[in-house]
This record gives sequence, structure tokens and C-alpha cells, in this order.
Amino acid sequence: MSVPSAVRQLAAVVRKDVVLEWRGRELVSGMVLFAVLALLTFNFAFDLTGVNRAVAGAGALWVALIFASLLGLGRSASVERMHGAWEGVLLSPIDRGTLFLAKLVSSLLFLGLVDAVVLVLFAGLFGVPVLRLPVIGIVALGTIGLALLGTLLSPMAATTRAREVLLPVMLFPLAVPVVIAAVRATVLVLTEQPRDAWAWIQLLAGFDLLFLGVGYLIFGAAAED
Amino acid sequence: MPEKEGGVVMQLPLARSRRGTWWVTPLLGWLGVGLVALSLILIFLYAPTDSVQGQPQRIFYLHLPAAWLAYFSFFLIFVSSIAYLLTHRTGWDRLARASAELGFVFTTLVLLTGSIWGRPIWGTWWTWDARLTTTLILWFIYLAYFALRSYVSDPERKARYAAVLGIIGFVDVPIIHMSVLWWRTLHPQPVVVRSGGPAMPPAMLLTMLVTLLAFFVLYLFLLVEKYELERMKDTLVDLRDQEL
Repeated sequence: MSVPSAVRQLAAVVRKDVVLEWRGRELVSGMVLFAVLALLTFNFAFDLTGVNRAVAGAGALWVALIFASLLGLGRSASVERMHGAWEGVLLSPIDRGTLFLAKLVSSLLFLGLVDAVVLVLFAGLFGVPVLRLPVIGIVALGTIGLALLGTLLSPMAATTRAREVLLPVMLFPLAVPVVIAAVRATVLVLTEQPRDAWAWIQLLAGFDLLFLGVGYLIFGAAAED
Repeated sequence: MPEKEGGVVMQLPLARSRRGTWWVTPLLGWLGVGLVALSLILIFLYAPTDSVQGQPQRIFYLHLPAAWLAYFSFFLIFVSSIAYLLTHRTGWDRLARASAELGFVFTTLVLLTGSIWGRPIWGTWWTWDARLTTTLILWFIYLAYFALRSYVSDPERKARYAAVLGIIGFVDVPIIHMSVLWWRTLHPQPVVVRSGGPAMPPAMLLTMLVTLLAFFVLYLFLLVEKYELERMKDTLVDLRDQEL
């Protein structure tokens, strides 16, 4: 298939997801609210305003982002399967690899919005300088990693009756490298050791590239009914 | 062929009646028993006592083969998953099922033996050491694999989804290991696989190799048995569906 037509198909699916979300506006707002409440709870649990707020904050930030991503990825997959809508998508002549990229882009758009809001609030509430390019880069790479895994796993979980449980059970162990690398890199950047962070950033980038390729190849098996 | 009497199936076509390969499981079984007996003798009577760790070091002879087999099982799942997605033949899914169950058992053994070994040596039942942590995550990935299989009811979809998870899981394990290793290191440095050769006296090395072989033969025996069991289960389900 030619690249221009693949791009057109990708854009069509992404537009569908964006329009769907725009009409309901419950997914992104739900994720943002959830992430912010999680941060609030973390503040009570670990005191994110103390001396160690860079270290504790990085961990809290990423746990909040992971749980919000789980929520978003799970919801969007199950919503899409209502009323046989997913069958409609599968019946359209779109290559499964392109479909994977399209779902990935949609997820990243929503997760990116959530990331932006959470980062701004985090910087404001806890005085941690997260609105810097290195941190934003790490958050971007980590979010891509989570979105990659989620896009592959949530179609499978969504067809089961225990989807809320199954997606985290599958995602958490597989997302360990993302969690470790993202938190470590964020902490190192926030504590002014950017050179040590570089190795972790490379790990994140490698992870993302690897699962981009793997996902492109096997999404069809995960997504077909 | 199954015969019916009053609607009840009287005889299952047992796969083991394949005339050509009836000898495989008895051979593996007896060979395994013999090798395990031999390795037990070697472990307790032949291998020298470690000067630093004392008797607890002997757990290593169980711990290392269990670890290798746990990871080997996952590799088998990976290969079977790819083969299943390419061919859609149930035999590959059966192999994946069999390896998954065995792999989970051996991963549990690794964690248990490691914990028991660690207690006298490191003074603690558990540490977040790199290899232990990675093995723990592998244990959870196996659990996720079983969870996915159990929650999906349609058999074709079950096999396909499990194949997807098997592939993702295996590809992820090296990266998990790398990330955990950079995060922590406490584990004894690799004793066997090293460029200068194994740092063990020959008697220990021999004991370890024999035990590894014993475990591997035992593993193969269990794998074939489990595969046949799964095949019988599948046949039973097919027959029951035919009757309905």
C-alpha cells in the first residue's frame, strides 16, 4: 500500500477518535482529574513539599501518570467496542499496522494532554522545576512507551469480562523498564545530574522503537475479533 | 474411534497410541529419574563444600538449572507464539501452554530456592537484587499470561491473544533485565558464563552440569507429558462440542 493512502487512513481513524472524545469529553477530563487526585494523595502520603521533593515527586508523578494512562487506555478500548463499532473499523480496508499507528497516535494525543496538565499543576503545586525540556522529553518518551504497550494490550483486555483487572495485570510487569527508566531519569535531571540520565533516556528510546516495531507487526493478532 | 452407548462416549482416541513414538516418555522419564538420582549423589557426596558459604551453597545446584529452565520455557513460549500466529496450528498453542505451566513452576522454584539460599548467606529472605527482581517480574508476566488465557473464552482468540502476550513478554524480558540491573546490583557475579572460564573447581562444575542435564531431561519429560495432556483435553472439548 502506498504511504500517502496509509497516512490518509491513519488520519481518518485518528480524527474519528478525536471527534468521539470531543463529543463526550469524559475521557481526558476523567484522566486529568484522576491524575491530579492521585498526586494530592501522594502529597499526603509522602510529603512532596519537603527537601526530597525532587526524588519523591518524580516517583509520584510517574505513578499518577501510569494510573491515568491505564484508565484512559482501558476506557477508550472498551468504549470503542460498544455497539459493534470496532467491527466497523476492522471491516474497513485499513492495514492492521497502520491501524496500530493510528490508535497509538490517538492515545498519545489524549495522554499528551493529560501529561501537559499534570506537569503544569505539578510544577505549580510542588515547586519542582518540571517544565524544562529534559523532563518534558522524558515524560514524552515514557508516555510513548506506556501508550505502545497499552495500545497492544487493551484490545485484548477489552474483550474479556475482567477488563479493568486484566489490563493492569498485563501492563504493570511489562511496563517496568519504562517506570524504572523514566523515574530514574527524571530524578537525575531534577537533581542536576543530566549526564547520568542520558543512559536511561536511551533505554526509553530503545524500548519505544522496539515496541513500535513489534506492535506494528502483531497488532493485527491482538485487534481482530 | 469413539463409540457411543446411550449418548456417552466410551473411548477417547488417545494420542499416545501413536505407534511410532510410544517410547519417548518412558525413556525421558527413566533417564530423568536416573540423572536426578545421580545428581543428588553428586550434590551431597561428591561436590566439595564451599569455603565461604558452607553447606547452603549446595542450593545453587538446584537454583541455577531452575533459572535457566524458567527462561528457556519463556523462550519456548516465544517460539511457539510466533509459530502459532504464522500457522494457526493448535499444536503450537499446546506447546505454549505446556511450556507456560512448566516455566511458571520453575520460576517459582527459582524464587523459593533463591530466597532459601539468601537467608543464611545474605541474612534476609528477600532483596531487590537485579536478578531476583527480574525473575519476580517474569513470574508476574507468567501470571498475566495465565490470567489472559483464563479470562478469554473463545479458544481461537485465547490462543491468539496468548501468542501476542508471549511475544511481547519475551521481547520485553531483556529490557526489563537491563533496566533492573542498572537500578541495582547485589547478586553474586556470574560464576559460570564468563570470558575467562567458570570460576568453580572442576568437581563443582561437573556436579552443576550433571544436575543441569538431569533437570533438562526431567523438563522434557514433563513437557511432553503436559503436551499430551493438553492434546487429550482439546480432543475431549472437540468431541463434546460435536455431540452438542
